[in-house]
Amino acid sequence: MRLDMNEVEAVCSDLYVRALKILPPDIKAGFKELVGAETGETAKAVLGTMVENIAVAERTNNILCQDTGIPIYNVTIGRGVDFDGAELKAAIRRGCERSTKENSLRSSVVHPITRKNDQTSCGVRVPIIHVDFDERQETVAIEMIPKGSGSENGSFLQMLLPSDGINAAKRFVIDRVIELGGRVCPPTIVGVGLGGTSDLCMHLAKMAATRPLRSVCSDPEGARIEAELSRAVNELGIGPQGLGGRSTSFAVHVEIAATHITQNPVAVNIQCHSARRATATITPGGIAFS
Amino acid sequence: MTHHVLDMPVDEAAVRALRVGDTVTLRRTLFGIRDATLIHMFDRGRETRLELAGHAVIHTAPNVRRVEPSEAAPVGYEPFCIGTTTSMRMERFTRPLMEREGVRLIIGKGGMGPGTLEAFRDLGGAYLAIVGGAAALETTWIEQIEDVDMDDLHPESLWRFRIRDFGPLLVGMDSHGGSLYANVRDDVASRRAAVLASIGAGE
Repeated sequence: MRLDMNEVEAVCSDLYVRALKILPPDIKAGFKELVGAETGETAKAVLGTMVENIAVAERTNNILCQDTGIPIYNVTIGRGVDFDGAELKAAIRRGCERSTKENSLRSSVVHPITRKNDQTSCGVRVPIIHVDFDERQETVAIEMIPKGSGSENGSFLQMLLPSDGINAAKRFVIDRVIELGGRVCPPTIVGVGLGGTSDLCMHLAKMAATRPLRSVCSDPEGARIEAELSRAVNELGIGPQGLGGRSTSFAVHVEIAATHITQNPVAVNIQCHSARRATATITPGGIAFS
Repeated sequence: MTHHVLDMPVDEAAVRALRVGDTVTLRRTLFGIRDATLIHMFDRGRETRLELAGHAVIHTAPNVRRVEPSEAAPVGYEPFCIGTTTSMRMERFTRPLMEREGVRLIIGKGGMGPGTLEAFRDLGGAYLAIVGGAAALETTWIEQIEDVDMDDLHPESLWRFRIRDFGPLLVGMDSHGGSLYANVRDDVASRRAAVLASIGAGE
């Protein structure tokens, strides 16, 4: 399959606005679960408003949240795909810019020193593009994540010592969730990275925060810790929007990587309740959005 | 718990009547403001021609459509999606906003800190909590973009919106030292040790 870059551009444009408008089904199901378990009156009212907002966005064809985020494109390329890598990156960038213009999206991206906004949602190294490869025949999957920044500002890395053990990492996660309170737009998905180098550990936390609900860490030890932490964070009483209640998080997700004998890194990255993402799968048969 | 309907702008007495846990609906006028707007106003001494005295500001930067100026869009902008950003980043600007511009109400998400609570007590102000991320719904409460200043900072301009029945909003912090966020923080602090112990991570 030869990857058509005009098609990639159009798909990347569509993906941005789709992600902003349509909340994935797993997050909607997550809301149902939280509403069912919530007992606080304020918390129930806040969750009710969030659920109402999802319906209003669909009815009025509006985007869910005003924060158009930092655009992230995760591209997974299968076998038997013929493409030019430099062209692929350029097409993704054009698609991101086109979506911003055509849909009147707020450009939330500025130069880090001058703070200049080019009004394109693009800038130096943004959109963020990750490319990976898998075994699927003649398949390219592009996942778009408009990463909201109220929650992105809830990011932490700690290079703990091996002698601190895993319990110090768990304590670190709980304490950061407490510190953040309502600032990160709870109910959240708490993404936790364990292991790797400092940069990989942060990346693991982002992977975890943007994973679908109900998905489980592929490592059994990681899965055990995410189940434990998922239960624990909702005992803290922070609640939706930090106004008290059970519904602090949909879940805590953990991703792991091997690390150095001297290291014990832990990272936290938060996803807000507007946990938006959209995926397009390109095959010789056409394009499917999910 | 009382519900208040406020026709903006309001005086100090109207704001001092608000207590945490009360709910508020705003009518007529609302101003949008955020990081860059405040940095330019208070760190770089920029003045605005818009009159903020007695008004409410919401921590926002909207998505707007550029259109030909008309009666419905006097400054050539139509609202598309207007929501609320995290307030805590703007903590140090609450007092100057109130002292220099006479702002009475701040609308935001996530709550603000002790400096804001002190400014509310000294000068007569309150924080109204809106549900963050519920921007599509919030947009239905906005009728028009009436005016904009400092638009070189777009989208972090100073916006004046005409609103209809904006709310209900929850009084999260008042002028009597009350803060729902401080209450929740204390409650969470009292639960921390037990939660850590339950996952074998106690100190």
